[in-house]
Amino acid sequence: MLPLDIDALTGCLASSACLVTQTTSGFIIGMLLFLVAVGLTLIFGVLKVVNFSHGAFYMFGAYFAMTAYQFTGSFALAMLCGAAGTALLGLIFERVFMSRVYGSDVLMQLLVCYAFVLIFDDVVRMIWGPEFKSMGMPAAFQVAPLFIAGGVVPPYYLLLIGVALVVAVVLGLGLARTRIGKVIRAAAHNPGMVSALGINTGLIYGGVFALGGMLAGLAGALAAPVRSLTPGMGFSVLIESFIVTVIGGMGSILGALIGAILIGMIRSFGSLGFPLFTEGLMYLFMVIVLVSRPTGLFGKEVA
Amino acid sequence: MTRTRKPGVSRRATLAMMGAGAVTFATPWVARAQAKTIKVGMPTILSGRVAQLGTSSRNGVMLEIEKVNAAGGLAGRQIEMVIRDSKGQPQEAARVARELVNTDGCEILIDAEASSGAFAVHEVARDLGVLCIHTNSETSALTADPKQHIPNAFRTARQGVHDSIVGGSYAAAIAKAKGLKKWATCSPDYAYGRDTTGEYVTYLKRFAPDTEIISESWPKLFQPDYTEVVTKILQAKPQALYTCLWGGDLTSYIDQANIYALFSQMEVFAVNMADYTALTVVKNLPKGIHSGNRYIKTYPATPENAAWGDAYKAKYNEYPTNWSWENATAIMLLAEASKKANSADGKKIAEVLRGLKIKSPFGADGTVTMRAEDQTLVGYAIGWGTTIPQEPYVPQVQAGDWKTIFELEAEWKKSKGYT
Repeated sequence: MLPLDIDALTGCLASSACLVTQTTSGFIIGMLLFLVAVGLTLIFGVLKVVNFSHGAFYMFGAYFAMTAYQFTGSFALAMLCGAAGTALLGLIFERVFMSRVYGSDVLMQLLVCYAFVLIFDDVVRMIWGPEFKSMGMPAAFQVAPLFIAGGVVPPYYLLLIGVALVVAVVLGLGLARTRIGKVIRAAAHNPGMVSALGINTGLIYGGVFALGGMLAGLAGALAAPVRSLTPGMGFSVLIESFIVTVIGGMGSILGALIGAILIGMIRSFGSLGFPLFTEGLMYLFMVIVLVSRPTGLFGKEVA
Repeated sequence: MTRTRKPGVSRRATLAMMGAGAVTFATPWVARAQAKTIKVGMPTILSGRVAQLGTSSRNGVMLEIEKVNAAGGLAGRQIEMVIRDSKGQPQEAARVARELVNTDGCEILIDAEASSGAFAVHEVARDLGVLCIHTNSETSALTADPKQHIPNAFRTARQGVHDSIVGGSYAAAIAKAKGLKKWATCSPDYAYGRDTTGEYVTYLKRFAPDTEIISESWPKLFQPDYTEVVTKILQAKPQALYTCLWGGDLTSYIDQANIYALFSQMEVFAVNMADYTALTVVKNLPKGIHSGNRYIKTYPATPENAAWGDAYKAKYNEYPTNWSWENATAIMLLAEASKKANSADGKKIAEVLRGLKIKSPFGADGTVTMRAEDQTLVGYAIGWGTTIPQEPYVPQVQAGDWKTIFELEAEWKKSKGYT
């Protein structure tokens, strides 16, 4: 088989059915990635730490959602538990552990995060067992896929894309327009000054970390009905969300959104046109961005 | 004034005497115990993503060891299993295997590694000359390739080429009956996925020459999301799909393909579906997926097999896996060979093992045979059927024909230059 299959790609671009299917497929991959990546980028933007244990929150979100779903049978409650549980976990993790390594060597931060990657994986193994699990699709979404212009679009994925878009808009507006948003941005810029003005920066840091954890947890919860749950499931998601933040620019929400959608599209159309090089294509794209714009597409120069 | 020692026995002397006494009394007991028990070493994967391989292998072994020990052990010696984690790394598997023999004094090795580790342990067995039974590696070359052949290594796992012959002929019969000409494949991108898919396609085309593969997908191992692969296959519009995805990857794939209604648009052949690890996890298992049997207590449909599956479930609170029966078979063969040889000596057991046929719950005709020429298991139950969403999951299994398997296997060996 040839490494590239241009006929399949051009054939797809010419057909509306294929175009719709592949574009939504790209959005699905991208939007879940966005939820994880935006938390990562937010935490970096405000706290100036790279949270390597971020994938664990995605994993916990999925497990919390599955457990809540098993007990209550309610999909909405499952999503809520996934998000709220990881927010709480994020807050505790930040206050008890991460807050001790702010300003210290980046290697120290990395070490703490990596230790928790292993610890969290083992905690999941102890509570839920080492074998993989599946949450199952809620009955409400076990319906035939929609056909839009000949393309196949599953209703559940429409919900998923919708939720992620709402999150993106709320986050963007919230940071830009609200008072809390302004304080967070100020704390990101000059924490000393914000603290001197009588604002509790510890609370802001904890809150931002909890928010980041919650978004990753929400992504995990939304993914739980369609992806199998295993200890260590956060790892590959973390790698891809790093690619997203590098492409989009560390600290930029718009960058995370655009980066995630680009990665989704590369995967979805790349698997048609470059079936043996889809993974490579993602990294290649990252390299091109890094060479031409080292701060990422929407990243700002560090002052 | 000088300090004088009190008459009698000093404290130090008392201690020394007690120590000596302990040694004199204890040593013969230790020596007897060593002669009586026989240590069997088992490197396997007990941590990481495929820890289930190791735990279900261990369970399969322990279930049988209990019976063998209750019946007197190997030629009167109780078996003591020494099971170590290799973490799924070949170099670690080799190191553990060597240590089990050299340091722990194991006289037999049960190699419950995946294929990559099995080849590493095989080299250790070649070097040390210890009796070694491979229980999990299904890579055909391990026993088919004469370069790999050593007199002290055996395999009790199924074999890739057997699966492909049976799977290919089953698929071809359905392809002919339903007119399925356009096929797609979707398998994990590593040695097992590539080889198994290649062999399967070879035999599919051999039995149904007018089939063609119009689309291939190779997602990477442990990929979390298969959406782009699912939609790619939908675009290609094949009439049938073959996949050898397994475990959590297979269940993810099914959940994601399900919401695209993929299973209503084509016949799906998933060789690794009919294993309880996957069957019991998938919540919305589609009806009518074709699958090869891995371990299922309803096939062979005998009371012995059902009883074995239930006994396992009663003890470990989960159903056996494909690895469980493969490992249990190793112990059953060892016990029978040792009885025949009236010895627990590895060389004597190996002598009897060659060509040994035993009664087995997992045999296609109630027996399995350790084929003498390449020291691998034949005659085990092998077949394909379609799934239903609840127990017994695969109600009807169509048995593979061992006569055909032997013929085509011989031909395959010749084509590979093995004979």
